[in-house]
Parts: sequence; C-alpha cells; structure tokens
Amino acid sequence: MQITISHTTTYRFEQPVIFGLQQLRMTPLDDVGQTVKDWAIDITGGQHETGFLDHHRNQVQLMSLSRDVTEVTLTCRGTVETSNTNGVTGRHLGAAPLWLFAKQTDRTKAGPSVRRLARQVEGDTELDRMHNLMALVAEAVSYTPGKSQADWSAEDAVIEGHGVCQDHAHVFIACARDLGIPARYVSGYLMMDDRTDQEAMHAWAEAHIEGLGWVGFDVSNAMCPDERYVRVATGLDYSDAAPVIGTRIGGETESLAVQIQVAQQQ
Amino acid sequence: MLGKTANGLYWMYRYLERAENTSRLVETGQRIGLTRLSSSEIEWKSILQTAGVLASFEANNDELTKDAAVDWMLRSRANPSSVLTSLEGARQNARMVRTALTTEVWEAVNRCYMKSKDLLARKVNERDLPQALNEIRQITALVRGATHGTMMRNDIYDFARIGTFLERADNTARILDVKYYVLLPTVMSVGSSIDNVQWETILRSVSARGGFRMSYGNDYKPTDIADFLILDKRMPRSLAFCVGKIRGNLGYLAKTYGETPESYEKVTELEERYLSKTIDAVFEEGLHHYIQTVLRSIGDVGAQIEIDYRFYE
Amino acid sequence: MTEKRIFDEMWGREEDLRAPYTLFKDWFDGEEPARLRAKQREAEELFRLTGITFNVYGRAEAEERLIPFDIIPRIISGPEWQRLSRGIEQRVRAINAFLYDIYHGQEIIKSGRLPARMIENNAAFLPQMIGVNPPGGVYTHIVGIDLVRTDDNQFYVLEDNARTPSGVSYMLENRETMLQMFPELFARNRVQRVETYPSDLRSSLSACAPEMAGSNPTVAVLTPGIYNSAYFEHAFLADQMGVELVEGHDLRVVDGRVAMRTTQGYKPIDVLYRRVDDDFLDPLNFNPDSALGVPGIMDVYRAGGITIANAPGTGIADDKAIYSYMPEIVEFYTGEKAILENVPTWRCSEPDALAYVLDNLEELVVKEVHGSGGYGMLIGPTATKKDIRDFRKKLEAKPANYIAQPTLALSTVPVFSNKGLSPRHVDLRPFVLVSPNKVNITPGGLTRVALKKGSLVVNSSQGGGTKDTWVLED
Repeated sequence: MQITISHTTTYRFEQPVIFGLQQLRMTPLDDVGQTVKDWAIDITGGQHETGFLDHHRNQVQLMSLSRDVTEVTLTCRGTVETSNTNGVTGRHLGAAPLWLFAKQTDRTKAGPSVRRLARQVEGDTELDRMHNLMALVAEAVSYTPGKSQADWSAEDAVIEGHGVCQDHAHVFIACARDLGIPARYVSGYLMMDDRTDQEAMHAWAEAHIEGLGWVGFDVSNAMCPDERYVRVATGLDYSDAAPVIGTRIGGETESLAVQIQVAQQQ
Repeated sequence: MLGKTANGLYWMYRYLERAENTSRLVETGQRIGLTRLSSSEIEWKSILQTAGVLASFEANNDELTKDAAVDWMLRSRANPSSVLTSLEGARQNARMVRTALTTEVWEAVNRCYMKSKDLLARKVNERDLPQALNEIRQITALVRGATHGTMMRNDIYDFARIGTFLERADNTARILDVKYYVLLPTVMSVGSSIDNVQWETILRSVSARGGFRMSYGNDYKPTDIADFLILDKRMPRSLAFCVGKIRGNLGYLAKTYGETPESYEKVTELEERYLSKTIDAVFEEGLHHYIQTVLRSIGDVGAQIEIDYRFYE
Repeated sequence: MTEKRIFDEMWGREEDLRAPYTLFKDWFDGEEPARLRAKQREAEELFRLTGITFNVYGRAEAEERLIPFDIIPRIISGPEWQRLSRGIEQRVRAINAFLYDIYHGQEIIKSGRLPARMIENNAAFLPQMIGVNPPGGVYTHIVGIDLVRTDDNQFYVLEDNARTPSGVSYMLENRETMLQMFPELFARNRVQRVETYPSDLRSSLSACAPEMAGSNPTVAVLTPGIYNSAYFEHAFLADQMGVELVEGHDLRVVDGRVAMRTTQGYKPIDVLYRRVDDDFLDPLNFNPDSALGVPGIMDVYRAGGITIANAPGTGIADDKAIYSYMPEIVEFYTGEKAILENVPTWRCSEPDALAYVLDNLEELVVKEVHGSGGYGMLIGPTATKKDIRDFRKKLEAKPANYIAQPTLALSTVPVFSNKGLSPRHVDLRPFVLVSPNKVNITPGGLTRVALKKGSLVVNSSQGGGTKDTWVLED
C-alpha cells in the first residue's frame, strides 16, 4: 500500500523567540514492512542545525528557532510503501542491548495498579500473553481523547481508567516489562479507512518475543499493526520517541496547531 | 575574545575605578568636616548623592551621621558601590577573566582584595581613616601600575580602558550634576568663603587642586572650574579627557576587528557635539541641562558597547 | 595498628635511608630549621597570592581556602616509576576498551566476565552513548589513577577517576613553588619534568578533534563558573594551554556546531574539555534544569561536530562496584594479567560478602559505590561505636550501594613539622592523557598527604594537604 502523509505543526508565540532548539524525530526510515519513497521536512521560522541516528536508530534532526520569530511551521511530507507483516518487525537491531527494554522508565514504572493488571495476564505462549495483555489494557483504560494529561505515567492512566494511545502504549509496556518481556514505544502514523484528516500522530507498543523478535500491539485499535501503519520513531517510552522535544528562551504563551493528513495513494 | 571576557574586563576596571572614586569622595567629606564651615550633615548628604548611593543609604539608615555615611561608603555590603563591595566585584570579575590577565595584574588585584578585606574588616575609626584611605589608594594604584606595565596593548587592554574611563566620566559628570548650582555665575554670594569651600570640595573630589592652580592660578572662578572639569583635555578626570580616551580605545578595537561599531559613532558624536565647544556656549545652553544630556549620552555609549561586543547573550 | 610496622618512603621499615632520598637528606641536614620554617610561610604566601584556592561546598558563604602545602618533596626512583607507569598505561587502555565495548557490543557481559546487572542497574550508564563513536575512539582523554603504597614493591590502585579528575593544577603549582624556593635542590637531584603537562594536554586534546576540524583545532575549557570548587584549576589550565575558558551561557549551537560567543560573533569549538558533569551537560538531552550546560551539545556530538573530553558516560568505568572487576576487565581487553593490583574488595551486593563486612565493620573501610571526596565512608578502625552502629543501618538498608576494603597500612612520607621531619600517610594521583596514538603519563602526579598524625584521610576537603612529587631520572 502507498500511503501519503502530510503533517504540519504550527507554533505561535505571543512574545518573540530569543533562542530555541527543537529535537525532531519525524523521519520514517526503511524497515520491515515499510519503504520510504520520499520524505521531506520543511521549516519556516527556523533552520536545520544537525542530524544523527540515535541509539534506537531513529533519524533525529536538531533545528533552531530563528531569533525574534513569532511563528514557526514544520511540515513533513512524503510517501511510504507498506506491507502487512501482522505486526512483526523482526529481529532486534542496533547497539542498544535488549535488557534496556526490559527496564522500567519513570513513565512506565509499575505501581500497584499496573502490577495488578499484569497479574491478570493469561496465555500459553508469550505471544498469547501479549495478545491477552492488549485486550486487558483496552478494558482497563478506556480510549477517551481530551481528558488525559500528556505527562501521565502508565500507573496514572490505570488509576484514572482512561487515556489516549500514548497511555495505552505506556500501560502495555509497563505490564510487559513487569512480566519480564522487553517492550518499547512506537510513534507513527495510521491510515484510517474513514477519514484523511487527523489531529495527532498515533502511538502503539512493541514487545520482544522469543523467536519472532519485535511484534507490534496497538491497544487503542485492538490489533497488531498492518499495512496501514507507518513507524516513525521508537524508544523506551514517549520521551525517547516524541516527535518534538524543545527548549526555548523567550517566546512565551505558545499555541500549537497540528494538521495531519494520511491517505492511501490512489 | 569571549564577549563574557570583554564584559568581565570592562567591569573589573569599572569597579576598581569606582573604589578609588568612592574613597576619594570619603576623603573629601572628611576634609570638609574639618573646616567646620558648612553643616557636616548637608555635605555628607551631597557626597552620598555624588557617589550615587544616597537613596540606598536612606533606605538602610535611620539617621545621617558622618560615621554612618563613611561606613556606608567604605564597607557596607548592602551598598553595591562601597569600596569593599567594589573591590570584591573587581576581584570577582578578575577571577572570571583570569586567562586574559597577566600574572602580575591578577596577583595585584588579589592582593588588593585581601588587603582591603583586612583594612575594612571592622568599622574604621576617625583616627585611622586617613591611613586606611591612603592604603586603599596604594593598593589600587598597584593594579593600575601592573596593568600599564605588563598588559599587551590589544583588545584586552582596550576593554579595560573603556571600563575605567566610562566609570570615571560617569563619576565626574555626577559630581557636576550634584554641584552644578555652585558653579552657576549668577550665584549671589560669589567669592564668599562658603563658595570657596564648595569649589575646593569639587576640586578635591577629582584630586585636582594642584592641577587647577597650575592652569588657572589661585583664584577660584566657577566658569574656570567648570571648564576644567568638563572641557580641559589635559585634566585626566575631565569629561572631554575621559570621552576622548573611550573614543580612542573604541577606535583601536575597530581597527583590530576591522569593523567600526555603532558605539564608535555614538562616542564620536558625543565628543564632537558636546565636548568641542567653549565653556561659554555650555553656560548658554544651561549647565544643568547640558550635564544631564552628557550623562545620558555616556550611558548610551556604554549600553551600545555591551551590544556591539556581545557582552551578554 | 602499630606505628613501627608502617612503611615509610624515606626510611623504609627499619630506619634505613632509602636510596631515592640520599641527596635530599644531605641537603636537609645542612639546612637551618628556621630558614625552612620561613620558606614554608613564604610558600603559603605565594599560594595565597596566586589564588590557588578551592571553594568549600555546603557553606553559606562561598569560602575560599588554601590547600596546605608541605615543602618536603616526595621522592620516587626512576625504576619504581617505570613499573608504575607500565601498569597505569595498561589499565587506562583497558578502561577505554571497556567503555567502547559497554557502549557497543557488550562482549564482556556476553563472555560472562562481568555480570549484566553491573551495567543494567548502574546510574552512570548513559543510553545516549550507545553506538556513539567518539572522535579518535577515545573516551577518557584525561584520567587520574589513585594509588597507594604499602611496601617497597607494593602499590595498589585505590580508585580510577575517569570522569573529570581534578588536582593537576596543584601538581604544577607545587613544582613551580619548589623551583622558586629551592633551586639548589633541583641542581643536585635530577627530577623528571612535569611542566610540559599543559602543552601536552593541548596537543592530546587537539589530536582527538573531530574530522571536520582544521589542522589547528579550537580547544576550550568548560567550567561551571567561578563558584565551582575547582574553578581555579579550570582557569589555570585554560590559561596555561592558551585556550578560552567558557561557561554554558557563552556557548550555543550555531550552524550545526557548538560555538562560543566572542566579541566578533560566534566561533565554533572543535574540542571541549568540560569540567561539568554529564547530568548538567545538556539541558535538552539530560537534566532540563541545568543552567551550566549547552542545550543541543549532545546532538552536535552524536553528529560528529565536536569532541567532548572526557566523553559522556565514562562514569560507568570508575564507580567502585565496577572497580572491583578491574582485574578481569584488564585481562579481558589486554590479554595480560593486570600489572597494578586492586585493593581486595567485598561487594556488599553479594550476600556472603555483606555478611563478612557486617561482621568485621571495625576492621574495614566501607565506601559508597558512587561517593567521592572521602564523604559517606566509614573507616572502621578509627570510627566510634556510634558511627559504626549508624553505618551498619545504612549498609543493611542498601547493601548494593557499598563496597568494603581492608584498612591498608598506607605508606608514610616525611612532612616538615615543628619537630623536624614527621611521617604522614599519603596517596598518589598520577595524571594520564589519552589520544588516539598515545598514552602520556606525567612523571609523578599529585601527592595528597593526611596532615593529621595517624590520619588516613588525604582529601583536601577533610584536612589533607599536598606536596611536590619527584620522579628521579635513571
């Protein structure tokens, strides 16, 4: 499947920016089940500084905000060819050791609620257990946009009983790790069958299963990713894979507008 | 050179100059007190005002006495311009720009700081005051001597000099600003002993009684004093002299860096427009207004230097 | 401990003058104590004037203090030094190989020589360094190896300092002071030079510049600022190397490089000798509250645009738990037995070891795994009953935070006192520079001396002093 993506983020500042840097993880790379045909990031109100592949093999770009700007726009555009691998993205690659993915982070640290959830997981094989976990998380944390906080931990989301895809991924990862299975966070795009315009990127989790390697689990949609999914960045949790991490002097009171279009190329 | 280093050099030498100026003002106040010709309280008030610390003094002290004023100016840590805090500031900045200084200068400023801390560890009583002031003069002179004798004449030196002369011009302009009324030719009691004391005070506060006599004789005439303090280019604390030095050093910087900055344009304008006229023209314009304008321009030049040479982010 | 049995570097165990001290003793015997006392005061005045001070942490007013200096040199013979420096070089090479491995394939863990938990649960392991190849392959550009001596031929490594070892300015100023005060001593003894250290440091750092740097790389020293306890040293080294001393707010990312704000605009830096800890180095990538670092410097580093010395994440090689594996680490990467010995170490994370340590607290030195500066440690033989009781609780609560070692009978060297020469315990920190093709060890290093009679604590923050360290020619 050919998927075209257009993703525009617009920052507006009430005060002019004095100095600012943003670290972007917004570039999908060729991988199992996806081939990037073309991809470009355009920046207005700032400039590209440098770039590198990080320890999760994400393409990272560092950009600076221009002095005195009050509006910055990032536009990512491109086409990715995908195929259905039933969520399996395969063998662990790169220098980051697998044990790193078995360790909890601040976001995924298992509290009593996460542990209680993890204890309910059943299944004969690791794969079964992860499928079961996906269902349990969806049941425990209802998908409710607009009511959760972006800085919630997995434990927070289970206690509150609702969240968005980010929380689903965190809770899944927290439980998987609690069960001794390495897991990671994936940020990416999902082509939806009923519409093109979206307000945010999507997020899901991957668990490392003996024999298969990394396998994706999208709690929010209760399925393993298929050819409608494009992976952009992975990490131990959201903070490792976030599309934008920034620091800024000046430029108070920001408004943020995100426009995403994901469509199948006809 | 780092912008921060230029900034540190500039402030190191401003603080050194300020310490000297403040101690000279204390000395002046002390001398006037001895003549008993004017009310000590009023004189100390005007001295505090000249040092630019009257408001902070009044905020921190209930009563204006000589002892309190002297202590405030010499050692108070709450006074950012006291001799002690100035020398601490100088040394702090010297530490920051240690790599730009010769060992001799660094050791002199370090010695200066240690010595002043000893000298001013406790309240200085009246009997020991002249001796203490004398020693402060010596230890600061040591830094100046090491600077002249050992520093390369490069951008480091230029920023040091610019700091020195901006502070000095500021100081002289403030003396004039506070005392301008005794220099107005219309004052009724011309030639009275009170005015003689006032004029002597002014000259003393810029260490220039001898220099004045050499140039103008023994007769104190207010226009001569004004001319001497404002326009006389032979007098190392006159506005014309200080501004000329600032322009000179900014000129060297422009040459070194191959770029003429806005501050150079500004200082040139200040010099040509305000410091190349006759004293009569100054009085015609109105002494007070004139001094206020010059003070502001000096401030502008200072602010522009900070921008031109990237003192701050 | 009986005083008699302690090895003295001048007198040995049996009051036999040891060879390296022969010429020194002739000189000393001919000196008037009064003159030496005057010299001792003169030295202090010199130090005070030069401003060689350190700031004491944890005091309301940033207090500057002098580290006491003792005028009697500590003397090491040429052959003694040769053996030591071979051992140091081997160890430092192993540390660099270890760091590369830990941040790449982790072969040492796969081989079973080092338990994975030593890395997994180690706060000094920096995931952002995984897969990063530092320019020239060098992780620890500057290393300080702390050595102690217990006998003629017995040295132990007490600690490896692979992050930002300090103290080298004292080594240099101590020598400078001695040269000024006792030129005649240097005429009699042929002492190996240490004065080239700053220029060696600069060339060593320059040799580690990233590929994009020109033939004359721009080097700078990054300091947390004038209130840092080692600020004097930062300024001293920048001055001696002839490079800029910068703070975080002097730097920013400009055109993909880390650049310093000069009076003429931003100028890129090729090699940054940073004296700021990892956590504070980059508020964008690490501690967001740090005002000491440079946002984005890690991005530039990972893209190959700057050399950071020492590399971030080197702390994994020098904590005290990893230390206990150094003999295995040296053997694994060099294929040779370690020349320098480790002090036998009990890892309190292991139940058997913990039990032994708890039973023998009165005899042992117990240290925090991540501690430094002599803080947070227990010296059993000199501790009070209450100290031991309190420490036992801490140890039982978090055993993995501690290691324990036997109390070593540290060698003594003479210091100048009212009674003439008096023995005091010492350690030694040689300084090592690492560049792609060379390991450079300055002969000698910093001798720290516990000035209190019988004390074993040499840290300057706790009453230690320093003295000049001589390595003789031949």
